[in-house]
Parts: sequence; C-alpha cells; structure tokens
Amino acid sequence: MDLVSTFVIYWADNTLILGHRNSEWTGQGPILEQDIALSNIALDLIGQARNFYQLAAVRINRIDKNQTLTEDDLAYFRDPSEFRNLILVEQENGDWARTILRQFYFSSYQFLLYEELLSSADRDIAAIAEKSIKETRYHLRWSAEWVMRLGDGTEESHARMLDAIQMLHPFIGEIFTAADFEYEAAEKGVCPLPEKIKSRWYKEVNSTLASATIPVLSADKISPNALSGKNGVHTEQLEDLLSVMQILPRAYPGVSW
Amino acid sequence: MHATEQELFDSKISQEIRIEPKDWMPEEYRKMLIRQMSQHAHSEIVGMLPEGNWITRAPSLRRKATLIAKVQDEAGHGLYLYSATETLGITRDETIEQLHAGKAKYSSIFNYPTLTWADIGAIGWLVDGAAIMNQVPLCRASYGPYARAMIRICKEESFHQRQGFEILLTLSRGSEAQREMCQDAINRWWWPSLMMFGPNDDASPNSQRSMQWKIKRFSNDELRQKFVDVCVDQAKVLHMDLPDKDLKWNPDSGHYDFGEINWDEFYEVLKGNGPCNHERLEARKKAHEEGRWVREAAAAYARKKNHNHALI
Repeated sequence: MDLVSTFVIYWADNTLILGHRNSEWTGQGPILEQDIALSNIALDLIGQARNFYQLAAVRINRIDKNQTLTEDDLAYFRDPSEFRNLILVEQENGDWARTILRQFYFSSYQFLLYEELLSSADRDIAAIAEKSIKETRYHLRWSAEWVMRLGDGTEESHARMLDAIQMLHPFIGEIFTAADFEYEAAEKGVCPLPEKIKSRWYKEVNSTLASATIPVLSADKISPNALSGKNGVHTEQLEDLLSVMQILPRAYPGVSW
Repeated sequence: MHATEQELFDSKISQEIRIEPKDWMPEEYRKMLIRQMSQHAHSEIVGMLPEGNWITRAPSLRRKATLIAKVQDEAGHGLYLYSATETLGITRDETIEQLHAGKAKYSSIFNYPTLTWADIGAIGWLVDGAAIMNQVPLCRASYGPYARAMIRICKEESFHQRQGFEILLTLSRGSEAQREMCQDAINRWWWPSLMMFGPNDDASPNSQRSMQWKIKRFSNDELRQKFVDVCVDQAKVLHMDLPDKDLKWNPDSGHYDFGEINWDEFYEVLKGNGPCNHERLEARKKAHEEGRWVREAAAAYARKKNHNHALI
C-alpha cells in the first residue's frame, strides 16, 4: 500500500473508532437531547469513515489489480496492529466528562486539519474534507460548549473535568508526532505536517479551557509515549473494541449482510 | 342557553374537531391521554435498549449507520411524545419518575431479548410493523398534539419497517446459517408482536371509552387481524414460515385464521415477569442516575450565565 493511502486509512480509522465509541452511548445518555446529539456525531463520524475507506479501497484496488477490497473489508478484516487511529480515540468512554473532552480534543484537531485539506493536492481527499468540515465545525462547537458547562458547572463536574484532563493528557503528544505516512503525504502536498497546526490547536483548546475555568495545557509538557496508534501500536482497548465490532463478519466470512 | 363545557367538548369530538391543550376537557380524557402518551414515550426510550445492543456489532458500516440513525429516531420520537404529554400538564421529569418507580408501563415487547443480528431485522419488520398498524389511526386521534406527533412518527416508522424487512430479505437469500438465524428470529418475535395489539376486545376495558373519545379508531382484534393478513404475504416473499400451525386462509371471512395467543405469557410479562423487564428498567434508571451530575452541571452553568447576563 502506498503511504498516501495509509494517510487515508489513518483518517478512516480515526473517524470509525471514535464514531463507534460515541455510539456506545446511544440509549444511555444523561439527557435525551444530548443522547441524540452524541448519536448524531457518531453517525457523522461513521459517514466520514465510510468515505475515507471507500477512497482507500479504490486506491488500493487501482494499484493492485488483483485486489477487490471494499470499505467493509478494511473495517472488519484488519487486526488491531493494522489500525492507524490515534490512541486518544480508542480510549473507553468513561464518564460524560471524558467522552466530551476526547471529542473536543479530536474535533479541534480534525477541524484545523480539514481546513488545510481543503487545498490538498489530492482532489479526492479535498472533496471529503469539504463535505465533512461543516459536521466537524458543529462537533467542535457542541463539545466546546460542554467543556465549558462541565468545567464551570458544579464542583463535581469541575473535578470530573480535571480527571478527564489528566486521563487524556498522555495521548495528546501523538497527534503532533508525524508518522512516515504523514511525511510522505506532506511531501506530495496532500496534507500539512501536524507540526503546522500544533500551536493553533493549543491556542484554540486553551481558550476554551480558560473559559471553562480549567488550567490550560502546556505544549512543552507533552509526556513521551511508548505507544503510537499511527504506527499500529495500540492500547488493549482497541483490541476489545474490535473484538466486538468485527465479530459477525469474522464468524460468518464470505456472506453479505 | 349557553352550551356547557362538556357539550362543547362532545360536539367537537363528534365533528372531528381536534381538542387542543387550552381547551376544556373531561378529567378522565386527560388522564387517559397522559397514561397512553407517556406509555408511548417510555416505549420509545426503553425500545432504544434492545436495538442499541447491536449497534456496536452491526455487521457492515452501512448497517451500523442505519441502526444508529434508527435508534436516534426513536429518541426523537420519545422527545416529541414527552413534549406532547407536557401539554396535558405533567412534566417530563414527572412522567420519567413514574416509569422508574414502576408506576407507568412501556410496551411489553421490549422485555424480550435481542439474541442475534436477525432480531434487528425482525424488530423492524414485525415490531415496527405492528406499531405502525396501531399508530397510523392515531394520526387522526382527537387530541391535536398527539395526532400531530404521530404523523411524523409514522413516516419514520414505515421507513424503519422497510429497513427491517430488507435486513431479513438479505439474510433469507444468504447462507444456510443466515437463513436459520432469520427463521429463528421470526419464531421468537412473531407471537410477542401479536401481543402488542393488547388483550382481545372483550377483555380490554379501556378500549370502548377510548373509541368514544376518538383516541382509538379500531379495536385491538381488528388491528391484529389486519397485521396478520399483511404479514402472511410478506413472509412468503422471505420464504420463511410464521410459527403458527393454525394459520390458514379463511375464504368466508376473507382473512387468515390464526392460533390462540398465550395470554398467560402476555399477562406475566405485563406484570413484570418477562425475560428482560428487570434489566430494561435498571438500564434506564442507571443512565438517569449516572447522568444526574451532568444535568446539575448544565443547570448550574445556565444559572451563572443568566446571572452574568443580568448584571450586564
């Protein structure tokens, strides 16, 4: 597989895994309206994932004429070590605070990146970014509003936000550590290096955290992490997630659903 | 002489003029609507659980997306119905409290488990199909907010029913294991779906009143018969059997005859002794309890913002 296709898979995996995690809340949300909102975000993300997987399948099949991969082959028949998603998105939901913060971090990154992808040298990727960015803008606004509500709500919600900040902190560094496929894609004008959006990410995120009365993050205090989802080295949580998600196609291979 | 409020109400009912929230209505009419509409709202919300159970295991990305959208529609239906119920003078919190305290019911069908992917198809085809049969006449119910909510709900439900049928159709054309899965789900969901129409007419004490007030338009048995007739033909398209040895065409009545429902099972599940009654209610209570701090935070934040706004 060429490295630009890996970049496409990276985005497919990010959006699928986070969409899947969010969908675990469907029917369990704290407020009916918010159950609907988070399910809607799950649906948007899975829709984006399908666009990226379909594009990846077309690219792979074009290069290898013997392949006839589909979106579902890519989602259901790869092992955890072949998934490229960020470790951030595979983390278990935890409470509402952790789910919100995870979404906020991710949407902040995704929004800044999609803005750059609008002018990608790869027109298919640019088209997906253009189609998706409106959704992402809403996810960002929704999650930022909830960060503020929880941070500046009650004593309990504030404490839970602080826990979430601590829990997710180890997974921020990976976002801005470029993998080989990002170098390659950046070289070809497909995407920017993550470094390019790093300072804007911190600025935007910190501005919301400050309004939420939460101590801001420091870009210098990134904890080094031995794991790298981008390179297929994940937490056990991904394996658990995939063993549920992939169960039917793997138990009954070769049939349609 | 002026007409009394009761006479005015009666004449609206007989002329098919909708009763609206600010109109006078008999207390019994209000109570009957609150009971029926809140029960309906609860059914939508509890109904999210058995299907939500399969979102994470949906076998393709397309199925996953449509199942999330479907369960989300049900949350939306719950929302319109809670809002419509509020027009009768009871808050959403109060009705939800009645559910959690076991004082309000929800449709017994959701007390059955979803054991395989085919159950998602069977719920769409049979459970949503039975619901539509019950609900389409409610689009003409005499209470305006209820009737209007039902119009929107019925449109979405008929879409869900087609999706469910299409899941089963795909399975019925699939492998041996998929066909078995399909037949097994139909076997388990058929009888509970027939029970969704409620007791036989002679054992349904509230029906007559409800029909007089034009909330209900057809009797339980009429609707159940209509449902059976439709399903028999659809089952042929699936090449699947309906699990009833007494099911056969009756040329005299122009309908299909069918076997006797197990009413003991019906009343047991209704009393709370079905396979999942406890689990469903606990799941709702747990979500509600665990969400309490979130609701408190949102309320506290809104108060602060309003206060700051007032100072400016």
